[in-house]
Amino acid sequence: MIHEFKKVLKTYAIGMLWLLGLLWPLMGIHPDGTLTFVNAFKVWLGILGVTFCGLLLYVANKSGSLNVITRPLLDTREKINIASSKVPFWVWWLIVLAVALAFPNFTTRYAQDIAIQVLIYICLGLGLNIVIGLAGMLDLGYIAFYGVGAYTYALLSVNYGISFWMSLPIAATTAAIAGCIIGYPTLRMRGDYLAIVTLGFGEIVRLILNNWMTLTNGPNGILGIKAPAIYLPIFEGGLSFEYFYLKKLYYLYYVALALAIFTIIAVHRLIYSRIGRAWESIREDETAAELMGVNTFLLKLLAYAMGAVFAGLAGAFFAARMRFVSPESFTFLESAMVLCMVVLGGMGSIPGIILGVGALIILPEIFREFELYRMLAVGLAMVVMMVFKPAGLIPAKRVGTRSEEKEG
Amino acid sequence: MADPILELRDVYSSYGNIKALKGVSLKVFPGEIVAIIGANGAGKSTTLMAISGIVPVDKGDILYQGSSIVGKSAEKLPAMGLCQVPEGRRIFPRLSVAENLELGAFHRKERAEIEQDMERVFSLFPALAERRKQQGGTLSGGEQQMLAIARALMTRPKLLLMDEPSLGLAPLFVQKIFDIIHDVNEREGMTILLVEQNANLALQAAQRGYVLETGTVTMEDNADTLLHNPEIRKAYLGETA
Amino acid sequence: MDYFIQQLINGLTLGGLYALIALGYTMVYGVIQLINFAHGEFFAAGGYMGVILLSFFAGLGYIDTHPFLCIGASILLTMAYCAFLAMGVERVAYKPLRRASRLAALVSALGMSIFLSNGLMLTQGVFDKAYPSELIQGGFEVGTVIVSYLQLVIMGLTILLLVGLNILVFKTRVGMAMRATAQDKIMSSLVAISSNRIIAMTFAIGAGLAACAGIMVGFYYGSVRYDMGFVPGIKAFAAAVLGGIGNITGAMLGGLIIGMVEIFGAAYISGQYKDVFAFIILISVLYFKPTGIMGENVDDTRV
Repeated sequence: MIHEFKKVLKTYAIGMLWLLGLLWPLMGIHPDGTLTFVNAFKVWLGILGVTFCGLLLYVANKSGSLNVITRPLLDTREKINIASSKVPFWVWWLIVLAVALAFPNFTTRYAQDIAIQVLIYICLGLGLNIVIGLAGMLDLGYIAFYGVGAYTYALLSVNYGISFWMSLPIAATTAAIAGCIIGYPTLRMRGDYLAIVTLGFGEIVRLILNNWMTLTNGPNGILGIKAPAIYLPIFEGGLSFEYFYLKKLYYLYYVALALAIFTIIAVHRLIYSRIGRAWESIREDETAAELMGVNTFLLKLLAYAMGAVFAGLAGAFFAARMRFVSPESFTFLESAMVLCMVVLGGMGSIPGIILGVGALIILPEIFREFELYRMLAVGLAMVVMMVFKPAGLIPAKRVGTRSEEKEG
Repeated sequence: MADPILELRDVYSSYGNIKALKGVSLKVFPGEIVAIIGANGAGKSTTLMAISGIVPVDKGDILYQGSSIVGKSAEKLPAMGLCQVPEGRRIFPRLSVAENLELGAFHRKERAEIEQDMERVFSLFPALAERRKQQGGTLSGGEQQMLAIARALMTRPKLLLMDEPSLGLAPLFVQKIFDIIHDVNEREGMTILLVEQNANLALQAAQRGYVLETGTVTMEDNADTLLHNPEIRKAYLGETA
Repeated sequence: MDYFIQQLINGLTLGGLYALIALGYTMVYGVIQLINFAHGEFFAAGGYMGVILLSFFAGLGYIDTHPFLCIGASILLTMAYCAFLAMGVERVAYKPLRRASRLAALVSALGMSIFLSNGLMLTQGVFDKAYPSELIQGGFEVGTVIVSYLQLVIMGLTILLLVGLNILVFKTRVGMAMRATAQDKIMSSLVAISSNRIIAMTFAIGAGLAACAGIMVGFYYGSVRYDMGFVPGIKAFAAAVLGGIGNITGAMLGGLIIGMVEIFGAAYISGQYKDVFAFIILISVLYFKPTGIMGENVDDTRV
C-alpha cells in the first residue's frame, strides 16, 4: 500500500507541478508589466485539493483499504444483478416505457425540455451508431444530416405549409440522399481520411446553410415553423375534427418519445438482421467480408443512408419543436458531442448509448450553477473516461476488435 | 561451469488472452551458441520477445548477468549488451543502410568507436558497403537479413538473440549467415541464443539445444545428441522412421 | 495581373501559416497514427501566450526600446510554453491510450481539445484580445502590389522554421530516431530508442511550430480569441491529409495549396465560401488519389 502510494504520488507531484507551470503564465503575467502569483496559486491549490482527494480514494480503493465499504456495495449489486436477470427482459423495457410515458405528468416544463433533448439525442446517437458502431466508419460530420432534416421541414413548412407528419418521410429521404452524396466519394477512403472528409462535408453543409441567403435566410435562420398538428376528434354535435397544434412541451414530449422508440426498435432490428451482420463483418475485416460475397460498397453506402435517416427525422422534429432553425445549431461541436455520447456510453450498445446521452445532457444541467466550467468538465470527463474505461459505460456484448486495432 | 549469462526461470507470458509461454526455463552460458527449436506457434519468438522486454512476463523471472530484467523497458537492454535480431528482420525500410546501422549504435556516444565498428561491419558484409546510401526497403531479402545482423552487431552485444535468421532466404545466403554466426561466436566470444525452424542447421551450429512445445521446454541436451535423437529427427528433421 | 500577384503573396503568407500548423498534425500522426485534435488549441494557446508576453514587455516599457528583442523573446518563450503544454497533454490524454482503440484515443483527443479551449476562455475571457500590430507595420509597393513587412516577417520565419525542421528530422540523430520510431516502434525500442521520449518530443516540436503560427496569426489579423484554434486547425489538418498524412514535405505543400486555394477562391469566386474551397479541393484530391498528393510513404520524408 505505502509503496504503491509512493509511486503514484511521484507521478502525481510531477503532474501538478507541470500544471502549475502551465497555469501561472496564463494567470500571473499582466500587461502592466507586473507578475502575480496569488491568483494562479489559489486556483492551483483548489485543483490540488480536489484531485488529491480523488487520488487518495483511487489508491485506497486499489490497495483494498476501502473493502469495508465497497465489498457490501459490490455484494448488493451482485444480488441485484442476479435478481434482475431472473426477471424477463421485456419487463424491464415495460417499466422504462411506463416511466417514460408517465414522465411529463409529474414534472415541470424544464424537466420536459431536458427530456425532449435527451430523446432527440438518442435518435442521433443511435443513428451515428449505425455508421460508427456497426459499419466501423468514423463520421465526424454527422450533424450535417440533422441539419438537412431540420431545414427540409423548416422550408417545407414555411414555404409550402406542408404538415409535420408529411414532412417526416421527406426529411428522412433528403437526409438519406445527402448521406449517399457524402458517402459516395468517401467510401474508398480509409479511417482517418474518412474522418477529415466527413468533417469537411459537415462544415460545407453548415457554410452553405449560413451563406445561401435566398434559400435559408443565412445566419438569421428561419422563423415561423409550424409545430406538429393532429386532427382531434370533437364529438359535440356530431363528429368533427379540429386541427390541433401540439405546441405545448407536454405534447411534443410524446412526439419525441414516439420517434425515439421508433429509432430504438429500428436500430435494434437492424443490428440483429442480415444487414447488421454484414456491416459488422465490414467493420471487422473489409477484405474478408468482400471475399465472402458481401457487397461492401452498397452496404457502406446503406450504412450512411440509414444513419442519415434517423438524423433527418430527429432534425425535422428539432425544427418543429424549436419552430426556428439557424446554422448555429449544426456546428462541429454538435457532431463531437454526439460522437462522445456514443463512445462514452459504449459503441454498438443501445442501452449504453441511451445512458451516454443521458449523462452528457443531464449532468451538465444538474451542475448549472457551474455553467462556466461545464464544457471544461465535459472535456475532462471524456479524457478520464477513455483512459479508465475505454469500452464505454455499458460495453456492447457482441463486439470483436476491429482489424486495425489489432495492428497497434 | 561459469554462471549463466542468461537464465529463464519458469517464465509465463501471454498475448492478450492466449497463453504463449507456460513455464519456460532455460540457461545460456557465456560463449555458447544455444538453439531453441520447435514447431510454429510453440512460443519460440515469444520467448525472445519476453527476454527483450517487448512482451510482458506474467510470472517467473528472467536473469541477465545475475540480475532480473523483468519489467525493464526494452530500450534499456541494448546498453547492457543484450540485443535481438527479430523475426522478419524488421529493418527500417525508409532509412538508408548507413542510418540503419547508426541506429544500432544509438545508445553509444563515442563517435570514433562507432565509425570503427561501422567499417568492421562493412568489411564483414561487403555487399552492404556498396549500398550504404540505399534505402533499407530496397535491399533483397538476404541483404536485409545481413543488415539486420550488422545493425545488431553495432550495439556491441554480449548476448545476441536471433529469431529465424534463415527464414525466406536462398540456400547460399543461409550458409553465409550461419558462417557469420559461427564467426562472431568463435572470434569474439559472443554468446548467441538462436531460434530456428530449420532444426538441422540450428543444431549443427549450436553447442546445446532446447526443444519448445506449446509453451514449455520438453527436451534439453547437447546439440549433437539432439541432432541424433530419433524422435527429434522424426518431428523436426522430416525423417520418416 | 497585379491583382493576381497580390493574391499570390497573400496566399503564400497564409499557406505558410497553415503549413506550420499542418506539420504538427502530420508529425504526430507519423509516430503514433493518431489525429491530435487538440493541436488547434496549441495554436490558440500560442496566440494567447504571445500577446500576454508582448503586453508584459510593453508594460515594462522594453518594447519601445528593443521591439525586435521583445518579439523574438516572446516567440521563443511561447514556443517553449506550448511545447511543455503539448508534452503534458500527451502524457495525460494520449499515452495511457497507446494500446486502446483508435476511437477511444480520438474521443480523448476531442475531450482534451474542448478542455483546453475552455481553459483558455476561463483564464483569458471570451472576448478578442488585441495584438500590438503596430509593432510590425508598413510595407512597400511594387507597382500596385503591396507587400507588408509583416508578410515578409511571416514568410521569412516560416521558411526558417521549415528549414530548421528539415535539418532536425533528416540530419540529426534525434531526427533519425524519430523516423525510425514512426516506421517500427518495436524494432526501434530493440535498438535502444525510447519511443515515449520520441513521441513526447514530436508533440513538443509540433506544438512549438503551431505556437509560432499562433503569434503570426495574431499579428496578421490583429487579435486572438479562445476558439481561434478550430477552423485553422481543421484546415491545417486538411492540408496534412492533402499532402499525404505522415509526410513532412507533403504537409508543407498541402499547407501552401490550402492557403492559395482559400485566397484565390475568395478573390475570384466568392468570399463567403472561402472556407468551403479548402474542403472541396481536399475531397476531390482524396477521391482521385486516396493517399494524398505526395503519398504516404513514397520516400523517407515520412516521420
